[in-house]
Amino acid sequence: MFEYAPAPESRSVVDIKASSGLFINGEFVDPADGGSFKSINPASEEVLAEVAEGGAQDVDRAVRAARKAYEKVWGPMPGRDRAKYLFRIARIIQERSRELAVLESLDNGKPIRESRDVDLPLVAAHFFYYAGWADKLPYAGFGANPRPLGVAAQVIPWNFPLLMLAWKIAPALAAGNTVVLKPAETTPLTASLFAEICQQADLPAGVVNIVTGAGETGRALVEHADVDKVAFTGSTDVGRAIARAVAGSRKKLTLELGGKAANIVFDDAPVDQAVEGIVNGIFFNQGHVCCAGSRLLIQESVAEQVLESLKRRMAQLRLGDPLDKNTDIGAINSAAQLSRIRELTTAGAAEGAQQWSPPCELPERGFWFAPTIFTGVTQAHRIAREEIFGPVLSVLTFRTPAEAVEKANNTPYGLSAGIWTEKGSRILWMADRLRAGVVWANTFNKFDPTSPFGGYKESGYGREGGRHGLEAYLNV
Amino acid sequence: MSERVAVRKTYKLFVGGKFPRSESGRSYLVQDSNVSLASRKDARDAVVAARAAVKGWAGATAYNRGQILYRVAEMLEGRREQFVALGVPGDEVDAATDRWVWYAGWSDKLPQVYGGANPVAGPYFNLSAPEPTGVVAVVAPEAPALLGLVSVIAPAIVTGNTVVVAASPTAPLAAVTLAEVLATSDLPGGVVNILTGRLSETVPTLAAHMDVNAIDLTGVTDAELAADMEVKAAENLKRVLRPVSAGHDWSADPGLGRMTALLETKTVWHPKGV
Repeated sequence: MFEYAPAPESRSVVDIKASSGLFINGEFVDPADGGSFKSINPASEEVLAEVAEGGAQDVDRAVRAARKAYEKVWGPMPGRDRAKYLFRIARIIQERSRELAVLESLDNGKPIRESRDVDLPLVAAHFFYYAGWADKLPYAGFGANPRPLGVAAQVIPWNFPLLMLAWKIAPALAAGNTVVLKPAETTPLTASLFAEICQQADLPAGVVNIVTGAGETGRALVEHADVDKVAFTGSTDVGRAIARAVAGSRKKLTLELGGKAANIVFDDAPVDQAVEGIVNGIFFNQGHVCCAGSRLLIQESVAEQVLESLKRRMAQLRLGDPLDKNTDIGAINSAAQLSRIRELTTAGAAEGAQQWSPPCELPERGFWFAPTIFTGVTQAHRIAREEIFGPVLSVLTFRTPAEAVEKANNTPYGLSAGIWTEKGSRILWMADRLRAGVVWANTFNKFDPTSPFGGYKESGYGREGGRHGLEAYLNV
Repeated sequence: MSERVAVRKTYKLFVGGKFPRSESGRSYLVQDSNVSLASRKDARDAVVAARAAVKGWAGATAYNRGQILYRVAEMLEGRREQFVALGVPGDEVDAATDRWVWYAGWSDKLPQVYGGANPVAGPYFNLSAPEPTGVVAVVAPEAPALLGLVSVIAPAIVTGNTVVVAASPTAPLAAVTLAEVLATSDLPGGVVNILTGRLSETVPTLAAHMDVNAIDLTGVTDAELAADMEVKAAENLKRVLRPVSAGHDWSADPGLGRMTALLETKTVWHPKGV
């Protein structure tokens, strides 16, 4: 591999506060019981900040603030004015994008190239997109006068902290709801910075409330009697628990859960393009992607050739400092996630699959996992069935398109799928049969605010993005 | 001259396009007729029949599904008097017939209204289209016997889902008679399956069934039972339609909600280039 000199993005662009409070009713406040936890940089294990841990009382306070803001300010406000606040937020995000990107990479471990070029542009674009809907709701196809639901409880994961926040908050606010959002406990910092952006935008108090904390905080929020809507992105197990918790209530629920996507390569696919797509599909964001192409299905006749190219390409991936602009693979988000990845890869080897990684030096401190592929994987192996949520690819083969469909759909998940072939009719034939909410043909891991995203089966229900994304926050 | 002895009808289940008795051999009495009392096993058999029918029905053209739903309306119109004889008001039969016609027309329009091209910020073709979720368990409203039943079946199947319906326990005769309409409308066997009997036997089985994709709890009037069914449905994350409130107006414009709640949106991306 070429030796590159280090090219780190400067940390000085962001001023990380030593401690961060809860954002309730427009102000940063201390939690009622004074609890806190530490957010660390997963690439160095350095403590970045002491973060307030919200308890049931804090959640209650936040929900009451959101209710009041909904009834007195945000609900009655004309759509065109809500739109202007959202446009303001979008603009401030663009203006402060480098600061946000650096903070995201520090707190999450993702390469700056991704936080800067993918996450942040999409975050701003999402607010722009939904800002424009705020005064056009009667034209969205949900009747002449679609109404907001009220107070939305939103719980988001750690893999795209700010982007998931945008996916949740932008459509909710555009539709006229107010929100209480809980970021993930390992990545709360950009949400707190977003709270400052709300202040800078003069967003009325209580419209956005951010309560940091872990699972118990999320549970208190989801189970609060005065929320009208619950939106969750995260694991299928927690999604199931939330579906049970809201059973019999009035709360409208949308869930964006796990995945085990098949990325299907046919024998006529251009190999180099397909290999780029495979690498992007599984190693983007260290594989911490619910729609990652974690099961590679290669047509048998080209399997050897594709694998050879894939291995050659993987040997070029640079793993290391997330703030280095040349880094392709950053840090695993937490010790807990690293041990989960290790557990599943150990099971993969024990069940008889062959493990391979390129020569790859891992930094001494922090949480790291080398890009890995398993060959000789069967459909019964745990690494073919369970979501690993790491840079680990399970490779299977197939002979006919029908077998590819059969194997691709042989999972309780149904979030995404990939197809690589030069034959248009085969793409459409496959796309019709794959039980997945997003199908990428000759591309992978593309996102856009106008494009609905969400799963079939146990990958959840409801869509985020596009006109469809409004439905989750309207009384329709 | 003696009066002619009437030929009475046996009211049976409707599963996989056939009219079997309950495998349990049980029945219960409604309006002087013995009606099959479906068991948990009947519910599971009905799910198997519904699953088997998904591929053909979801794969049929929208035009074809629309034609078949319209055919149902034709058959229902012709059997108006049968329903009136069971106590269904004539206006209700007419409204139910009209509802089939209304939904029939949606088959090839909903994908245009509910899907479409998305203007993504890049050189990609990007299209969202609705697809049926699969097998839907439906608890029919207790009343109105026919219009309520049609109003929950038609929106589920017009888009390509197949259904297992737990009919109103107190008004099963209209449900079985509707099954006879469906059986003569070119509707493929298994697209609609109708179980008569106690909700407490069939509905928990359907709510917990791992091969059911969605459950419509419309006819569950007991709030506690509804919540319990929703908890069971969470096991495989079924899409859930919650019960309607008491006094729901079944004659009102139904809107798109009953159709869209049972759809998945699939979005396909492809690069543009030469």
